[in-house]
Amino acid sequence: MKLKSKIIAAPYLVWMTAFIIAPLLMVLYFAFTDKAGSFTLENLSGLSQYTPVFVRSILLAAIATVICLVLAYPLSFMLSRLREGKQRIMLMLVMLPMWMNFLLRTYAWMTLLERNGLINRFLGLFGIGPLNMINTQGAVVLGMVYNYLPYMILPLYTIMVKIDDSLIEAAQDLGAGRVHTLTKVLLPLSVPGITTGITMVFVPSISTFIISRMLGGGSNLLIGDLIELQFLGNSYNYNLGSAMSLVLMVVVLLCMSFTNQLDNENKEGGVV
Amino acid sequence: MDNNTIIALKNIVVDFDGEAVLNGLSLDIHDKEFVTLLGPSGCGKTTTLRVIGGFLEPKSGNVFFNAKDITHLPPYKRQVNTVFQKYALFPHLNVYENVAFGLRLRKVDEKELKTRVLEMLEMVGLRGFERRNPVTLSGGQQQRVAIARALVNHPKVLLLDEPLGALDLKLRKEMQGELKRIQQNADITFIYVTHDQEEALTMSDTVVVMNGGYIQQIGSPVDIYNEPENAFVADFIGESNILSAVMERDFSVEFAGHQFTCVDKGFAKRALVDVVVRPEDIQVVPAIQGQLSGVVKSVIFKGVHYEMIVEQAGTDWKIHSTQAQQPGQIIGMNIGPDEIHIMHKMED
Amino acid sequence: MKKMGAFSKLYLVLIFSFMYLPIAVMAVFSFNQSKSRTLFTGFTLGWYQSLFHNDMILSALGLSLVIALVSSVIATVLGTMASIGIYSMRRTVRGVIMNVSYMPVINPEIITGVSMMLLFVVVKNSIHLQIFGIPTLLVAHITFNLPYVIFNVSPKLRQMDIRMWEAALDLGCTPIQAFFKVVLPELMPAILSSFLICLTYSIDDFIISYFTSGTMQTLPIAIYSMTRKKVSPEINALSTILFVVIFTIILLINAKDSRNEKKNAVRI
Repeated sequence: MKLKSKIIAAPYLVWMTAFIIAPLLMVLYFAFTDKAGSFTLENLSGLSQYTPVFVRSILLAAIATVICLVLAYPLSFMLSRLREGKQRIMLMLVMLPMWMNFLLRTYAWMTLLERNGLINRFLGLFGIGPLNMINTQGAVVLGMVYNYLPYMILPLYTIMVKIDDSLIEAAQDLGAGRVHTLTKVLLPLSVPGITTGITMVFVPSISTFIISRMLGGGSNLLIGDLIELQFLGNSYNYNLGSAMSLVLMVVVLLCMSFTNQLDNENKEGGVV
Repeated sequence: MDNNTIIALKNIVVDFDGEAVLNGLSLDIHDKEFVTLLGPSGCGKTTTLRVIGGFLEPKSGNVFFNAKDITHLPPYKRQVNTVFQKYALFPHLNVYENVAFGLRLRKVDEKELKTRVLEMLEMVGLRGFERRNPVTLSGGQQQRVAIARALVNHPKVLLLDEPLGALDLKLRKEMQGELKRIQQNADITFIYVTHDQEEALTMSDTVVVMNGGYIQQIGSPVDIYNEPENAFVADFIGESNILSAVMERDFSVEFAGHQFTCVDKGFAKRALVDVVVRPEDIQVVPAIQGQLSGVVKSVIFKGVHYEMIVEQAGTDWKIHSTQAQQPGQIIGMNIGPDEIHIMHKMED
Repeated sequence: MKKMGAFSKLYLVLIFSFMYLPIAVMAVFSFNQSKSRTLFTGFTLGWYQSLFHNDMILSALGLSLVIALVSSVIATVLGTMASIGIYSMRRTVRGVIMNVSYMPVINPEIITGVSMMLLFVVVKNSIHLQIFGIPTLLVAHITFNLPYVIFNVSPKLRQMDIRMWEAALDLGCTPIQAFFKVVLPELMPAILSSFLICLTYSIDDFIISYFTSGTMQTLPIAIYSMTRKKVSPEINALSTILFVVIFTIILLINAKDSRNEKKNAVRI
């Protein structure tokens, strides 16, 4: 007598086919057809004129990811070494801003970075500025870092609490200095957290259109903005938009297979 | 199948993905007996229990309960209850509700239900634990709840699947006595699965030794221990020396290069047999007085006795003795006619 | 390692200031009398008052709550059923289904939003019905919530001792009774937590709703249109309220957790 109940998964399977698989096939279909519905490669080949946007998106997202990693790594390690009660509070503090809608978080920076915003006014007290901060690529990166930093901290923290103090002490006992403890023990052990963190920051960063619109002004378009323009904006071209979406998906998949590779190499290397 | 039989298995075949687990197993179980299915892991003992409980339908063969065929009856319609490995207590219900579970399904009225549950908790020594959550109890206490939960339904047969496996040694000893007492109080059949031979010998009325999906021997603990039917049983039940031997004629057997007097007869002349000699049944004597003589290879102190390995003509003998010998010493060994157990050769 | 150096402490303070200063500034200026975002000219609760009289915000909030509740209920039921069904499937089939289920989670949200919008447009054009609005929002929210239910309930199901189910049958439950009396209570914590996760994701979602809502406005969409107008201190008031609400909820959950932990510690 087993739990025999495959049939009750049926509604979900239907749902999955209709609303996960079918829409993605739709994207594929639209990407390879023109407005009349006949096959074409023009949508994809026409993307070459947007190369600068693609490059900018990848670049800004990559920079934001690296900054997040650099900021989050020491922080996560410190958190993981705290007493348990303190860890809980700190973790709550990390997650709390995440629960605020990201539009509001981004809006907060909009007002701070303005030409006559609080930061410029503060700098003015020391005779600096006013600096041109809003509507720059720097502001876009800042927005990404601010919004997605918790996505980097959490996976890193999760993996680091599992690293026992004794491992670090053993490394020191065997003569590893601070640098070696980091490179020979801590980093290899935390690779799974790093790769998860990279994906979790890179994917939303490269596909955002809100951060670039609110903090980058009109001049720093990203892939996300282009896609949004094709579907809801003035350009209004589903076919081109689908082609762009397809490319974005490929970029994301490449990024993920790259981090997976890192993970696997790490495992095969037998460091752990 | 005599009148006293409560459960009968006939030619049960079970296979998992084409691999046979039970090969045409037949077994009669008598009412009110404490029966133990004993064997190494993978021998089919738990499978047998699951067939009786109704959790597994055999590929072929029949299960009878009081002479009624119940092969295709689902578990919830059988007058059989199970005490599961690791107990399977419901963590969302307290102790009282766990025990009351089966009665509530049977819509027993609240007053009777309460008396029966409390009575049962009394019997297993858990009065006062009604409101506790089972996960907060110790292993031994959880065990008792599981037994109470099954027994409260007045099953005709209680199935126990390695119920003491998760307990530590001391608690296990205590619970062995407890289980026996509960079985006698409840006056029903217990079918008990274990791989611990000592447990089986202490508690059971009947022991069923199983291996490779076949029954090797059925008998009382004393019979099983003293008269193992084959080398597997001899080896599995207690420690023993097993040697190939030739049955010269009735009451005479030759092994280890010596002619021994024995109490067995009825074998063919010069039949090939296996001989079992328990380590504690070998007498250590000065070298010249022994039927056999050998060199002591090692001596280990085991608490009550010393365990020695003695090499004699290329064979290693295990001997238990209260007197220590020196390694390297040559000793004599005597084996009385009563201590030689002759068995048919196992077919491989 | 339990004691932190001064440098580490400074680092923690800096990162947390980076994370919290913008929110703090918003909160302070939500009480500012003038519309200025740099000069605090005097205390007022006026923005809160006007927020509560802002019909656009209120109706958007109502829509968000309705969508969140309905979609979470449906996703939780559907997802729990799916988890149970998938549980008894063969490994390979299960793997394929899980991988497809994972798509909405790993795909960028904009792709999920755009692809569903395409589907809805095609359906709308073929049946000539205005489906954009509540129907499409519901379908979209259920779809992106479903994976979270499955990924929460499935592990719990696998952890569950199958003997628990057998024990129920053994004690006289029919399979259906055994499911409702034993399996479901056992899964309940996972089901409830997936429901809560669905609620929060649903209320918080902007991108997917943005592409599938037609002209309807959920709360995040309303917020977006407010930020487009540049100066609207009502947003500050709204953020502050949301922050306080979330803060309280998390505090309560934490207090409950740590109390439970203490209780368990005493028991053991």
